[in-house]
Amino acid sequence: MATEHAEQVAMTPSEYIAGHLSFNAKPIGDGGFWTLHVDTLVMSVILGILVMGLVWWVARGASAGVPTKRQAFVELVFGFVDDQVKNIFHGNRHAFIAPTALTVFLWVFAMNAMDFLPVDVMHKFYGLFGLHHWRSVPTSDINTTFALALAVWFLMIFFAIKVKGLGGWIHELFCSPFGTKIWVWPANFLFNMIEYISKPLSHSLRLFGNMYAGEVIFLLLGLWAATGLTGTIFGAILGAGWSIFHILIVALQAFIFMMLTVVYLAMAHESH
Amino acid sequence: MNINFTLIAQAIAFAVLIWFTVKFVWPPLLKAIEARQKEIADGLAAAADGRNALEVAAKKSEVTLTEAKQKASEIIAQAEKRGTQIIEEAKGSAKVEGDRIIAGAKAEIEQEVNRAKEGLRAQVSTLAIAGAEKILRKEIDAKAHSELLAKLAAEL
Repeated sequence: MATEHAEQVAMTPSEYIAGHLSFNAKPIGDGGFWTLHVDTLVMSVILGILVMGLVWWVARGASAGVPTKRQAFVELVFGFVDDQVKNIFHGNRHAFIAPTALTVFLWVFAMNAMDFLPVDVMHKFYGLFGLHHWRSVPTSDINTTFALALAVWFLMIFFAIKVKGLGGWIHELFCSPFGTKIWVWPANFLFNMIEYISKPLSHSLRLFGNMYAGEVIFLLLGLWAATGLTGTIFGAILGAGWSIFHILIVALQAFIFMMLTVVYLAMAHESH
Repeated sequence: MNINFTLIAQAIAFAVLIWFTVKFVWPPLLKAIEARQKEIADGLAAAADGRNALEVAAKKSEVTLTEAKQKASEIIAQAEKRGTQIIEEAKGSAKVEGDRIIAGAKAEIEQEVNRAKEGLRAQVSTLAIAGAEKILRKEIDAKAHSELLAKLAAEL
């Protein structure tokens, strides 16, 4: 795609969209599963280091006295997350669940917020480094959201076994929610399997769908802007409107992802 | 939209971030916030204590003030009483003294009068004798009538 700049004028809409939605994929083995989306990984790691590093920087210098504005802001976020966790989880939340919720919220929020970057400007910007396929939003990669959801899923099973014991967990798989009678065991097990499969799927696909759709709408508005002056004007107005609305979606999806993480982990601690 | 190795890489990144937050970000923030909460709670408790102490002190001062007022009025009443007593005493002693002075003066006057009388008596008797002598020089013998004259002088 080295000649992309020259061909851009003649690009078809599907080429334009496909160009923006393809990952910087590097094969690390035999292809197929053994492929790495370098853009997703690099962007998410940079954002993770940036966000958690900033919070760490403030936390390191945190004083119990009168807080600075910077510290007050971090404490605001801290208090917000801590309150949510406190309402859902009644164990010792400070050991693991609350910090995990903070990580999820801030990291997902930062990754979602990459959607505000104008796609075509960023495309040119990445082009300066010779990167012609580089997607800014890690959460519009199903691998990211599924990785997070699966990690939460494993934590969920880990905590369930840790709290109830392996026997208790297996007992719950067969004896809840309908009861302990042997003839309802298959139904119970089926129910629990559906729950265990649907949880990570809904958890990851909700975030992915929202972010992916947001990106596609920006691309469609970009397409419209390419049709002429009227299209540029309307594309700009609608693009601005969608950006403003997207602020809500970005924050809301990060919040929902965090809440579901906390709820799933809290449910794993409860016995039925 | 295909699942590939990125999934594992992202999961590892996620795990590292969680570990970092659990280990280094959450505890200092929690510590700072909890320390401040404790400080605020302590401050509020101290303020409540101060208010209570102030109330107690106000009550105590009121009691003390009342007591002092009572004592003062008692002292004033006592002083007034003592004052009248002193005046009465002074009056009494003054009267006694006055009476004594008057009595002394009267006695002195009486004494003086008596002395004057004695003097007069003596002089009158002398004068009478002299007059009688002059009148009765020839007829009456002074010696013979001196007894009678002395009796007369004593009766004056």
